[in-house]
Amino acid sequence: MLAYLARRTLLLAASLLVASAVLFVLLRLLPGDAATTLLSLDADAGQVAAVRRELGVDRPIPGQFAIWLDHLARLDFGRSFVSRAPVGEEIAARLDVTIPLTLMAFALAVVIAIPAGVRTAARGRSWVLAALTQLGLAVPVFWVGMLLMNVFALRLRWLPAGGFPPDGWADPMAALACLALPVLTVALVMSAVLVRYVHSATLDVLDSGYLRTARALGASFPAAMWRHGLRNAAAPVVPILGIELATTFVGAVVVEDVFALPGLGGLLVRAFERHDYPVIQGVLALSTFAVLAAGFLADLLQRLLDPRLRRSIAGSP
Amino acid sequence: MNRTLVIGCALLAPIVALAAVSLAWTPYGPADTTGGRLTPPGAAHLLGTDRLGRDLLTLVMIGARTALTTGVLAVAISALIGVAGGLAAGFAGRLADDVLAAALDILIAFPALILALLVVAAVRPSLFATVLAIGLAMSAVLARLTRALVKGVLAQDYITASRASGTSWPRIVTGHVLPNIWPALSVNLALQLGLAVLAEASLAYLGLGAPQPDISWGRLLREAQATVFTSPISLIAPGLLLAMLVAGANLAAQGLRLAADPALRVTR
Repeated sequence: MLAYLARRTLLLAASLLVASAVLFVLLRLLPGDAATTLLSLDADAGQVAAVRRELGVDRPIPGQFAIWLDHLARLDFGRSFVSRAPVGEEIAARLDVTIPLTLMAFALAVVIAIPAGVRTAARGRSWVLAALTQLGLAVPVFWVGMLLMNVFALRLRWLPAGGFPPDGWADPMAALACLALPVLTVALVMSAVLVRYVHSATLDVLDSGYLRTARALGASFPAAMWRHGLRNAAAPVVPILGIELATTFVGAVVVEDVFALPGLGGLLVRAFERHDYPVIQGVLALSTFAVLAAGFLADLLQRLLDPRLRRSIAGSP
Repeated sequence: MNRTLVIGCALLAPIVALAAVSLAWTPYGPADTTGGRLTPPGAAHLLGTDRLGRDLLTLVMIGARTALTTGVLAVAISALIGVAGGLAAGFAGRLADDVLAAALDILIAFPALILALLVVAAVRPSLFATVLAIGLAMSAVLARLTRALVKGVLAQDYITASRASGTSWPRIVTGHVLPNIWPALSVNLALQLGLAVLAEASLAYLGLGAPQPDISWGRLLREAQATVFTSPISLIAPGLLLAMLVAGANLAAQGLRLAADPALRVTR
């Protein structure tokens, strides 16, 4: 286990380094740079060169990358090309929205998907579930957001249609009210994906000999499921959860746009429009780190749940 | 034909029909603004008009064409790059394979929409840029799948037998590997069609898709946001067609798998 942990951590660090290098090079190769975005169209070559020097984008790419990595190690993402504010601060200000939104939507999706998946697997095929999951997989998340907003905010007026309190979480109820519809939107779409995995994992367990044995020995169905079924069913679902957390984040990015939430999504989209490399890099480095870390944790959790993984495969990750 | 495949095709058919008809005929021109602003659905305008006075049915029909074109072309790009990459990795030596596999894992760690955003930022926004972005972003997943499938086939005894009887590698690829991995691949390509259509709509919705005069369901939905109250149909029609297209592609994919493998009785 220790050797696995060490190797897995090393792999995580290597992936992070390679991912940030790929990101960095890709973004630097893009045509159009911040100097032309900052200056007006009729700026002369001298002005452009001066701004490029000030921003540090005139140095060779490996040099820029070394500087960026050095700063990154100290959690310094540089300054935005456009607003000149430190990227770290710009991101931190928006995490107040994006992290609660992602985590609450993820939690709600899990809470919806697990009972629904287990129940329908135990009860046999359900047309309603099949239709609902197909629908959940087929609708764009922003459309669900628009429909929910239309019904619950614009027509019924139960919840705010968008925006976020300017003083953030100072009034928790107001902040929660603003996040309620976005959370529901992302969670509904996510749970449609998850419920299929839970459903098929449960079916595998239901087919198993050990569950039949437990039933034959007199355990009631819920007791047998609880003692023997759930942990076995969870093992294949856990790594999916790691991936789904990343998908939830992307969903959050798009849904923030629907509900005009001041989160990472808006920051990222605007930064793309303005070629604001440090901001793009900061946000993507952070989200890539979160995705890789979620995969790492999911792998560890799966090993804890399934002792067979710890013994059998020595070489492969 | 099984039921899943039939339902999938039934959902796809009206959209393909709309797109096909739009090539030859649309009720109005896409830029005609003669209908009056936000006219409710009626005889002259079956779905009404948008806030610029354009006929919504016309826009939706052209949107179907955009969605299908994007989907098919993006999947073609993804298939070309993904299958070639996967084949190369599957046949490569240990070191090259390890490097490729690690690179794919890292690429897959980036959500596809974010990869697509990167490509769109590199090229000026256009329908071609969108297609390229989505195709490239999806190809990593396909490459990983192809690699795994190829490894599985290459480990079979019939490959060893074929090699022993002197078959060349190119002939093994065309004669054994591709036919054996095709069923699993085709299912995934159909799934990717749905994903590509959704990604295109998301990019267009975020304002990073093809600019005017190109028409996309995603942008129609963005524009509908301002007029939800007066014209709910402009919010419902493009979204519903989008859902039909994606669900149709997904169901057709499942149906294809059922048809290819009768052992799969229970849909999982």
